[in-house]
Order: sequence, then C-alpha cells, then structure tokens
Amino acid sequence: MRFAVVVFPGSNCDQDCYKAVEKIGEPVEYVWHTEKDLSSFDAIILPGGFSYGDYLRSGAIARFSPVMEAVQKAAEEGKLVLGICNGFQILLESGLLPGAMLKNQGLKFLCQTEELEVVNTNTPFTLDFKEGEKIRLPIAHGEGNYTCDPDTLNRLKENGQIVFRYRSNPNGSLLDIAGIVNERGNVLGMMPHPERAVDALLGSEDGIKLFTSMVRAWRDRHGQAF
Amino acid sequence: MARVFVTLKKGVLDPQGNATKKALHTLGYEGVDEVRVGKYIELTLTAVSLAEAEEKVSKMAEKVLSNPVIENFRYELEERIG
Repeated sequence: MRFAVVVFPGSNCDQDCYKAVEKIGEPVEYVWHTEKDLSSFDAIILPGGFSYGDYLRSGAIARFSPVMEAVQKAAEEGKLVLGICNGFQILLESGLLPGAMLKNQGLKFLCQTEELEVVNTNTPFTLDFKEGEKIRLPIAHGEGNYTCDPDTLNRLKENGQIVFRYRSNPNGSLLDIAGIVNERGNVLGMMPHPERAVDALLGSEDGIKLFTSMVRAWRDRHGQAF
Repeated sequence: MARVFVTLKKGVLDPQGNATKKALHTLGYEGVDEVRVGKYIELTLTAVSLAEAEEKVSKMAEKVLSNPVIENFRYELEERIG
C-alpha cells in the first residue's frame, strides 16, 4: 500500500508521518504541494504544521495548493485521506469534511497528551481499535475547537461520523469531537497526532493502530492480493 | 481601495471576544455587554470600473478572506482615480 505525505510550506509533522508509515513497513513518499498527480498512491496524509504560516486562517491558503485538486480526486475515488491537525484544518477549509475550527476556548496553544475514546471502529482508520477503547495521543494546537451548525452536528451523530472524542475536552470542541470522517468514511480529520505515538519511547504507541487499520482496510478491499 | 470586514457569525463562540470582554470588566469599564473580535483586511486593486472592483472583492471575500461556515463579511470600496 503506497502512502503519500503531502508537504506544504510550513508543514512540520511530515517526517513524523513518514516514519510512522515506515514503521508499519509500507512504502511512503513525500509529495510537494505543487504536485498535481497522486494517482500512484493508495493513501494520502496531510500532516500537521503551519501551512503557509496559517496567516489568514489555519489551512485557508493550503486548500488552494495545486495538490489539493488531486487530493479531492483521490477522496472521490475512495482512496484513504488522513488529515492530522493542520491537515484536518485543511480538509475543513477545502470542504472535504464539514465544519470549521475556532481558537481554543482557553486561547492557549495546547501541547499535551490527551485521553481519547474511539467512538466508531467501523471506519478504515479504526478497524484495529476496540469500540470505546481509551487511547492516549498528544495534541499540539491553538485552533482545535471544532464547530459546525446544528444540522451538520446531527448528521455527524446519525451517520457515526464522530470517530474520536476527548475524554476531558481541552479546547472547547463541540461534543468533545477530536476526529471525524466524511459520510463515505474514507476521509478522516483529527486534531490529535497518532504519528507522534507510534513507539513506547514517545510516551504512547496507541497511534500505530490507526496506520495498521488503514493497511488492513486496504488489503481487505483488494482481496489480500499483495 | 477595498476595506473588508470579516466577523464571526451570530451565535458562533468567540473566545478572543470573551477574553477581551473580561479584561475590560477587570479594568473597570462597565456596561460592556458583548465583545466580538473580527478581522479587517485592507487591499488595493486595479479595475476598469467600480462594478468590476466590487465583483472581484466580493468573490475574494467569499472564497478566500472569510470562512462561510463561521464568518460573515462586508466591504467598503473607495475609488481612487489615476
């Protein structure tokens, strides 16, 4: 399963994502934000960081990068797209996921480990977790306060699109939301960093299951032919 | 010259506004009921007519300068000849 890690000017979790995929033994390549063709990849990761300095709004400028058209296409084709932190913000700005981010309720940039509940294990990103499993992942963001209108929130709840929730909400996020998928389930956005929790040395290895889930989902779909 | 004002929609939580309101109260300014913090973007552009400028600015504000999920915008145009 071939992974692409998109690098925007200002991305700073690209190497962590690359190494997380390397750790599970799958091929991975960096892709510069000017690239227009992602057809040779099976999964796309939009890493955390500060794309274009977050100058206008987080993710607002990155969404107009040439590569985002290819990401859109990949998502439409059913390929797995994972946006972490700034990557999540880019997915929201580009409309691949519903909602928007506000500044953290306490206005502080938060850098700490949070306990999460895996709410939906029926997505290609969470197959290897147990329903309701409690996991520990680091967060590092100033704008992770997820919000959306009441209709959207109802749809998220009804469709099981809320995938991760904070056990004790650090940023004011609506309904403790830490990560959501699109209706089809192949695009996940999350504020916590699974790629920074793939080795006990890092304080937690709970994030590794997210990457192994992606591979399992892809292999299941492709009949174990690889 | 265009002046674009981007504000949070009514009902959208404004953490910066709330913090500013608290600070004003702490400093003894009474009667401040609500504080909302927004963005002010000033830009100059060249266009053949005011109508063309208006079209450009409203598109930019809608597509890039604001996030329609949480924000509203309005703008003012000032013509400068030559």
